[in-house]
Amino acid sequence: MSDSKTPSTEIGPVDGSELATTDRFADPGVPEHKPRLTDTDPKAAARSERIVTILFVLSVLGTIGSLVAYFAVRPDGTVPGVRASTLWLGVTLAISLLGIGFAAIHWAKSLMSNREYVDERHPIPSSPEVREVAVVALQQGVEDSGIARRGVLKGAMLGSLALFPLAVAVPLISSVGDDWNVSKFRHTLWRKGMRLATDPDGRPLKAADLTVGSVAHMMPDVSTEVRESGEWISEKAKAVILLVKLDPEDIRSEQRPGSSYDGIVAYSKICTHVGCPVALYDQQTHHLLCPCHQSTFDVADGAKVVFGPAKRPLPQLPISVDDEGYLIAEDDFAEPIGPSYWERLR
Amino acid sequence: MKALAARRHHRAAPVVLLLMALLAVGGVYAAFAPSPAQAATASTADIETGKKLFQANCATCHGPSAEGTDIAPSLVGVGAAAVDFQVSTGRMPMAMDGPQAPAKPPQMNEEQTAALAAYVASLGAGPAIPTDDQVDPTQGDAAEGMALFRTNCAMCHNAVGAGGALSSGKAAPSLMNTSDRNIFQAMETGPGPMPVFNDAVITAEGKRDIIAFLTEQDKGSAGGNPLGGLGPVAEGLWAWVLGLAVMIGGAVWIGAKSS
Repeated sequence: MSDSKTPSTEIGPVDGSELATTDRFADPGVPEHKPRLTDTDPKAAARSERIVTILFVLSVLGTIGSLVAYFAVRPDGTVPGVRASTLWLGVTLAISLLGIGFAAIHWAKSLMSNREYVDERHPIPSSPEVREVAVVALQQGVEDSGIARRGVLKGAMLGSLALFPLAVAVPLISSVGDDWNVSKFRHTLWRKGMRLATDPDGRPLKAADLTVGSVAHMMPDVSTEVRESGEWISEKAKAVILLVKLDPEDIRSEQRPGSSYDGIVAYSKICTHVGCPVALYDQQTHHLLCPCHQSTFDVADGAKVVFGPAKRPLPQLPISVDDEGYLIAEDDFAEPIGPSYWERLR
Repeated sequence: MKALAARRHHRAAPVVLLLMALLAVGGVYAAFAPSPAQAATASTADIETGKKLFQANCATCHGPSAEGTDIAPSLVGVGAAAVDFQVSTGRMPMAMDGPQAPAKPPQMNEEQTAALAAYVASLGAGPAIPTDDQVDPTQGDAAEGMALFRTNCAMCHNAVGAGGALSSGKAAPSLMNTSDRNIFQAMETGPGPMPVFNDAVITAEGKRDIIAFLTEQDKGSAGGNPLGGLGPVAEGLWAWVLGLAVMIGGAVWIGAKSS
């Protein structure tokens, strides 16, 4: 208010006495009531009434229709069957509900009174007499309970009430922070000598079977019991790798002995940005693209980041082959897979 | 000879002669007629036709004897499957250079494609064109196919095979209208930017399962119009544009005074 007042007194005419009365808008009051067509023309009112009735009747038909549709068009398990059932239920329910809605609003707008009435606000506090009676009643209650005299009782009550929330809070917080062992982010299921198995069918893969340009999505070759355990899904989520067979001449990054085998390289499939599975591999450019934020890694060059928000290259899994020619892991990843976290140190 | 001559009036002589004549004709026919097994493999004539077609249509980029040049890869050892995929989908011969060869109406008819495939297959061993049995979706398991598709294909080709964009102007094409044979061949040979999924990575049965899963998608979605199967982009567009317009319209109608 003061903002609008200050400039008006400054730029207004020198004679400020008039302005003092006009710096607030006058209450325009309730606008003049204009009769609607339905107020003046009985024919129009009858027509409106008819429309509202028709809308309600439509809604009744829709309700009946939805019941008929529910029993007559059952989803029989086939795609067209499910679709027909959903469609008929949806259409009839829409008619049923929209009929009521449109009718109610049309009724209110065209036939019910549209005069505006002013109802002044009541004062919020109760009258002083009522408040005095209430205070007296409260004081009487405190005295009757004798809480001020019986100190031990008061302490016991407060103590029990204060302690009770622990019975709920401790288990709740304890289950939320289920596992505070952050060191498991550093390790995956991969061990020296563990075979690589195809995802999802779990077959070990021979190095000789891969042709240049091949890509295989791999996971640790573990027993069926492990795969059926509850922890498998999170262990698999950490351990999945992408196996790429390149022409050995195309590999530009320095490969230490035992890190790749005959042009076959294995990199973690978990993006170092926010952990999406990176799997869009272009065999012509050897680029691996993350579908979430377009981080691009160069598989031929140590999975270095060539584009996008990722900060680190994908960790490489050292691989070789066993006596039978199957691909095996030489070790776990040398660094934690996936995105950064507080305890990761970098 | 004398004994033979003496028996030439024997009453069994005509029958023996007839049998001998039939055997002779049958033997000669068997020796010269092409057997069905031979017809399936490429004849030298096919390879010759293919070579001529190759030199007229492909040699500019792939080199006169398909050994590859700076702008196009060698075709020695890519196999008949790669040629059949590239030529029958119209990707090759390429009309113009670009990030990747787009599918277009095929330039070669079936015989010409077969001849070209026979010629390239004769240059070096590679994946053969799959048989009808190998790509028969009715023999595949769509549920197994979905698991394989989700892990190996869905990141580029979309969860239902609707296709998607890649980087550098490349794109994974929609698989909705791709023939079963071409889907198999693409996995087998890895055309363009697509990596190779040979039978060691995805077994031949697995490939058939994937084809079965994709065939299942033709039946449509139980949830009504899938809006191209493109997911939140298409659905969001409709929800915002259409849904919001209807809501604003409703609010205006409710708030407007009746005349």
